[in-house]
Amino acid sequence: MREGEPVLRVEDLILYFVTTKGVVQAVDKVSLSVPHNQAIVILGESGCGKSSLARAILRLLPRNVYRYTGKVYLDGRDVMELDEENFAREVRWVGISMVPQAAMNALNPVLRVGDQVAEPAILHLGVSKEEAWEMARKMFDYVGVPEGFLQRYPFELSGGMRQRVAIAMALITMPSLIILDEPTSALDVLTQASIMNTLKQIKQEMPISYMLITHDIATSSDLVEHVAVMYAGQIVEVSKADTFFRQPLHPYSRKLLAAVPRLYEKQALEFIPGRPPSLLNPPTGCRFADRCPSRFDRCAEEPPTLSVDGHLVKCWLYVT
Amino acid sequence: MQTIKDALQEIRRYPSAIAGLFIVFLLVVVSIYAVITIPYQEAITLWRGGEGTWRNLPRTVPPAWINYFRSQKLPETIALDSRKGAAERQEEPLGQGKSVTLLYTFDYQADDFPREINIFFETSFQERSPFASITWYTPDGREIPITDLALRTGSSSFRFNQDDKLLRRIRRQIGDVPVEVGLFVAPDPPENPRPLKGTYQVKIQATAFDPQTQIDAELVVYGKVYGIAGTDHLRRDLKIALLWGAPVALSFGLLAAAGTTITTMIIAAIGVWFSGLVDNLIQRITEVVMMLPLLPILIMVGTFYSRSIWVILGVTILLSIFGSGIKTYRAVFMQVRESPYVEAAQAYGASDWRIIFRYLVPRIVPMLIPNLVTLIPTYVFLEASLAVLGLGDPQLPTWGKVIQDAVANGAPYKALYYWVLEPAALLMVTGLGFAMLGFSLDRIFNPRLREM
Amino acid sequence: MNDFCPIPEPVPGVPEDILLSVQDVRVWFELRRFGLGIAGYVRAVDGVNFDLRRGEAIAIVGESGCGKSSLMRTILGLHRPREGRILFDRRDISHFSRKELCWYRNRVGYVQQDPYGALPPFMNTRTLLEEPLIVAQMRDRHQRLERIHKALEEVKMTPVEDFLTKFPHQLSGGQQQRVVIARAILMDPQLLVADEPVSMLDASVRVEILTLLRELQERHRLSVMYITHDLSTVRYFSERIFVMYAGKIVEKGPVDDLIYNPRHPYTWALLAAIPEPDAENARRFRQVPPGEPPSLIHPPPGCRFHPRCERMIAGLCDVQEPPEFEVGPQHQAACWLYQ
Repeated sequence: MREGEPVLRVEDLILYFVTTKGVVQAVDKVSLSVPHNQAIVILGESGCGKSSLARAILRLLPRNVYRYTGKVYLDGRDVMELDEENFAREVRWVGISMVPQAAMNALNPVLRVGDQVAEPAILHLGVSKEEAWEMARKMFDYVGVPEGFLQRYPFELSGGMRQRVAIAMALITMPSLIILDEPTSALDVLTQASIMNTLKQIKQEMPISYMLITHDIATSSDLVEHVAVMYAGQIVEVSKADTFFRQPLHPYSRKLLAAVPRLYEKQALEFIPGRPPSLLNPPTGCRFADRCPSRFDRCAEEPPTLSVDGHLVKCWLYVT
Repeated sequence: MQTIKDALQEIRRYPSAIAGLFIVFLLVVVSIYAVITIPYQEAITLWRGGEGTWRNLPRTVPPAWINYFRSQKLPETIALDSRKGAAERQEEPLGQGKSVTLLYTFDYQADDFPREINIFFETSFQERSPFASITWYTPDGREIPITDLALRTGSSSFRFNQDDKLLRRIRRQIGDVPVEVGLFVAPDPPENPRPLKGTYQVKIQATAFDPQTQIDAELVVYGKVYGIAGTDHLRRDLKIALLWGAPVALSFGLLAAAGTTITTMIIAAIGVWFSGLVDNLIQRITEVVMMLPLLPILIMVGTFYSRSIWVILGVTILLSIFGSGIKTYRAVFMQVRESPYVEAAQAYGASDWRIIFRYLVPRIVPMLIPNLVTLIPTYVFLEASLAVLGLGDPQLPTWGKVIQDAVANGAPYKALYYWVLEPAALLMVTGLGFAMLGFSLDRIFNPRLREM
Repeated sequence: MNDFCPIPEPVPGVPEDILLSVQDVRVWFELRRFGLGIAGYVRAVDGVNFDLRRGEAIAIVGESGCGKSSLMRTILGLHRPREGRILFDRRDISHFSRKELCWYRNRVGYVQQDPYGALPPFMNTRTLLEEPLIVAQMRDRHQRLERIHKALEEVKMTPVEDFLTKFPHQLSGGQQQRVVIARAILMDPQLLVADEPVSMLDASVRVEILTLLRELQERHRLSVMYITHDLSTVRYFSERIFVMYAGKIVEKGPVDDLIYNPRHPYTWALLAAIPEPDAENARRFRQVPPGEPPSLIHPPPGCRFHPRCERMIAGLCDVQEPPEFEVGPQHQAACWLYQ
């Protein structure tokens, strides 16, 4: 793995589904990259396609796929070329793993949590059960769950603990990248902060990268160095966190930031009128145009993705 | 309303649903047709029968369309009634009275012999009974005297196969064959004789002793097939039973299924909503009743108390209400009870009954409809089973009754397959139709079961 | 506003301007032993005191399991307190019978957390909005429709006709929540209880709904109890904050004062844990008190927060429950640090 090479690079990824109502363009030519040992957040509201993006990267596809093309480079290697068997063996959970949405509710209620954390190691790394349990014990240490809990069942754990178990499950195979889909949205604020601390700790101690998927801007700033904003199936901005949280580029990003309630600053809350377009028949031209305060006539045409000071924006405002 | 339209649209996507719907529709049409063309009272009287009603039909014969599948055609019944002008009548005064001649002509083309031959007389006279003489004319020009007899007043009958003298005459003249065969073959028939095809004639020469005498006769040459469904041991046209069985099956099935399902649901809702003692009581009652065997209890009721179909229906519903349905609906209601809108209703002060019927029950209706439809055949078969066991309603002609008659009269041993197969097939088709419809409805109303 | 319910007598000696007075309320749930007997109690609310003035908006803040939902349900009349009393408009509603509560129900509106779940999925907007009116014995159909129109206009769902025939699944999350709010204000209530009204909505929609609630409150001089775990929205909506932990209120104060001068260690922890969008956050760790909220069946002795508190005073905090101390104008904290 070469220095400077991002751990994950996605190029023009497309995932469309066919449903009884038509074709849903869930992921529409998404390109982004995640540098080594860093974290990126995919910010977006519900229905923008961010969960589909995670599925597209991990090739966890339902049966009604209409189109699935693009390139996904993991550690410099194009994994879209791998056939299903090799992908399952080398990439899924070994190169990239995932903590899915509401993972804490998705634990198997009839298995002990130790067994569930050990399972990926047994399946993907081929280790014996004893070794896997040893690894699970170490994982519990990393995620901050006392060792005694290995023998317990999910219902005996609190929500925060269960989420940590889910993280341990994703961590045990030592992947290069973990995708976390809304990891803290159902948790209390103290537990949220605690889990974010844990994730930060893990990132410091291990050469691991994160792709965080959430709609919660404030919480995401706890973890990431890069921000990608998704709207209606497209990536409209990719910036460094420093820039984004002070001066976002895209009008949608600005509106999102202005809608975050602040504890210490007295500012009037803005909201975005209207609704995001349906992914079934996205409008031609810029998809945010009808809600954008800076709209002008060029926006009837789909804007290109431009590089501005090392950031990416998809907006006519930046075309000179 | 919206949901019904959506449901119908969804149904179109499933071929099994369309087939099921079609079958159910047919059954409903047949039922309506049966009830209209043969009203209830008439059906009962017809079915109760008596020799008079069905005397023109052969006994236990398969349906007429069997002949399509046979190379050697079985004969159909030929009935010639002089009252309807099917006979040539000649009346001449003779002394004090008159002579009446009735001549019957028919064409016989079948490849097999008739089952029986009977002549039914309708006579009215003042003093002395007329005297009749019957002669048989074969196509090859032979003349066989049948019998001479005095005609009694009113209705009387002459049965060819019950007359010893005729039998002996046939034996002498033709060969060692039954009467029905003998009248239709040439003398000295081979091992497996075939009837002579052609025109046959029967002449009844009657001498009446007063001019007011009325003599009428019906000649019936019984075939070996009849009608669309065949006949049973009492010469009844099975079509009546098969037609009428449809509305009986459907109504019993529907009433039982609907009565049970709706009541079960309401009881489950009440138990879940009021919980505590009420819920406990209902659950314990259910557990006890669930252990009781339905069919044996119905048999006991039918044997010791009453076989009326209403009593049976009532007991069935009563025992089925506290069945496993309660447990299922209870589980769903317990989930629905936790919905936020129920809590909101409590907050704005809705009464318990309003919550049960306005907020809980509508959530379960999508589950209820497929259950109801799939349950209908269970009760249809239940009623048929009871009938087969001899505990059906004695008056109604139902499919189960037909099977019971068939089995009681040894149909399987006598190769009278049609008698059993026809009602059985109808039962199966009914079950299939409702099952297909029910399963598709389940898929429609419960999208979790739907495929992408 | 018409009254279809009998009006109960007021209790003497309560000031006019206090709309809701919660006095030493305890809400305990029984744990049944298998068969008979009580195995213990879940002490969801264990001694809560506060007053709410007419037209005032307060926020009750706390994490899950702190008892705020149980307190809310008791105030709504869905549950009876084991001890203490609740006075609404000078009437003691905590021991009202079903019939007597009828008067109260018309004066309280309830806005729930889950907008889709709060609406019956098989009723269209008009039908579900008619329900509370029918329950309140408003028999005249025109009168009901008039009220519904007014309510929908107030929540800015216009043109009203378009929305009357829609079913909940045909509305967006924000629209659903507006219908829930419309339902809550149908009978012109004096008190609005909002349980996490925006937590299940998208970020951009939250602001709309919070703004709407604020407008309604100001226009009708409603008293509002806003229950949430998200402190950062409280600013936009309330004048006073009550912080709840393990069944008790640990700090009460005006919004600004509490946010800039928090006194109770638990409040410090809450405020420290709330992220603001700032890239620096990724470079530092937050201070989070260790451990988890205590069991409500066997709460710890003394101050309930003491096992996790960095400023615990041994011998005092783990032995005796602290009373409320004045720590500022209208600002109280139940902590031995302020003795």
